Amino acid sequence: MSQGAALSVSSPSLSAPAAVADVALRGLDITFALKTGEQHAAVKAIDLTVAPGEFVAIVGPTGCGKSTLLNAAAGLLKPSAGKVEIQGAVLAGLNAKAGYLFQADALMPWKTAIDNVAVALEPQGVPRAEALQRAQDWLARVGLKGFAQRYPHMLSGGQRKRVALAQMLIRDPQILLMDEPFGPLDAQTRQIMGNLLLDLWAANKKAVMFVTHDLEEAIALADRVVVMSAGPAAGIVGDFRVELPRPRDIAEIRVEPAFHAIHKAIWASLRVEVQKAYAQGEQLGEEAQQ
Amino acid sequence: MNRTTLLALQILVGIAFLVVWHLLTTVPMANGKPLFAPFFFSTPLDVLARTWKDITGGTLWRHLGITMLETVLAFGIGAGAGIVVGFAFARRELLAAVFDPYVKAANALPRVVLAPIFALWFGLGIWSKVALGFTLVFFIVFFNVYQGVKEVSPTVLANARMLGMNERQLLRHVYWPAALTWMFSSLHTSVGFALIGAVVGEYLGSSAGLGYKIHEAESVFDVTGVFSGMLILTIVVIILDAIVTRIENRLLVWRPDTTARTT
Repeated sequence: MSQGAALSVSSPSLSAPAAVADVALRGLDITFALKTGEQHAAVKAIDLTVAPGEFVAIVGPTGCGKSTLLNAAAGLLKPSAGKVEIQGAVLAGLNAKAGYLFQADALMPWKTAIDNVAVALEPQGVPRAEALQRAQDWLARVGLKGFAQRYPHMLSGGQRKRVALAQMLIRDPQILLMDEPFGPLDAQTRQIMGNLLLDLWAANKKAVMFVTHDLEEAIALADRVVVMSAGPAAGIVGDFRVELPRPRDIAEIRVEPAFHAIHKAIWASLRVEVQKAYAQGEQLGEEAQQ
Repeated sequence: MNRTTLLALQILVGIAFLVVWHLLTTVPMANGKPLFAPFFFSTPLDVLARTWKDITGGTLWRHLGITMLETVLAFGIGAGAGIVVGFAFARRELLAAVFDPYVKAANALPRVVLAPIFALWFGLGIWSKVALGFTLVFFIVFFNVYQGVKEVSPTVLANARMLGMNERQLLRHVYWPAALTWMFSSLHTSVGFALIGAVVGEYLGSSAGLGYKIHEAESVFDVTGVFSGMLILTIVVIILDAIVTRIENRLLVWRPDTTARTT
């Protein structure tokens, strides 16, 4: 297949045989049973590896199964065929090595910011006093020093994301999975959150799978951008390295000529898929009207 | 409209009602008698005087104490059982499916018809009233806890699982607080029903309690006594409601203020 070729062409520099990939999706199919009894193939024949410390962004048209891929890597979804390997071992059950940042609000609304962060350490058996101390440190790192006692509803959307980020990172997971985490935020907040994420990630590099529908965000953040085709049975149609220097500033990097060149190349491949997905939507709309 | 005007208007309605009642039952008409005979309708002043006498006299406190004890027991046992069964049903799909028609049937039954049966089973003491209140409180709490556990946000749940929580930790940090929210939202209703169970039970057969006092007054055509009993019940309900509101506000601080919700 062509995507296989694209992968192997772009891979050699990063997947030197010495290192085992942190995440490896091999021949992954995911099929859902619809309520009508039909089988809906969300993604098909996905091969994707993420090296340790590598930031991979996944872009694609709406509804193409980007989140499905992430849920499979998290162990929240069982693949119908193929396998998920985490640091060389086949994943069974939930992925204990991964932290997950959701698009929707995932904080416990009945816990204060600090409790939400501290509770993430409870499964590891950290004593509560120590957990609270570390949670306070993490709140300070995400810029919420004075907001420890606030409940989620008293925080803005961006602040809630900061708490969620602290909650995820305090456990020090080796793999970060992010599902359009900054999707609901306004443009300025997204840039600030993007820079915060890059700062935290640069300090302690983890393998990242970052799903987004925003190509500019993907390029600004990632080492590699993977393009998915329009669903159903979506596959990977492009795999691009982003050779932009780090550290990066999300707002400034967008005006660099190199950024534009990469954007142009990826968009050429993404545009076809977006148009396909759009045409499908139109068709469905017409069928529904008739 | 500001608060003081509103309060003034509210008080005015109450006073107007009392004045009309007073005039209708005391001012003589053409035939020399008031339009509403005080024998059937009593008068506001008589009711107040009787209530004051009961409150200061001492016998009332014993009856009130018994009714309160029954209410608290009915609420405590009913809520406890409702929480346990609600949790069990919500977490065990099969259990809920099997018992579903029976739960619905039991809930559809008008509980008052059970009062004589409970009197037979548990005697005329407090436990037959507690049982009646229990049947009312249990279903309210049960349905709310069931709903609360069922409707935990899937994202919050998935997030908690990704944080590595085991079943016990999920119960403590996710399911339990979610169920409590729903339970507290029904607290006003369930406390009210516990009191109704107690009073109705007393009314239908007992030798003590506010319901008994009202029934006793009724059987000797003492309308003043009936109204006085109703007044005391009303005061009790208002006080209970205020207490519940305070508990609710303290325990649900994390909930967004409904008037200030922006998202």
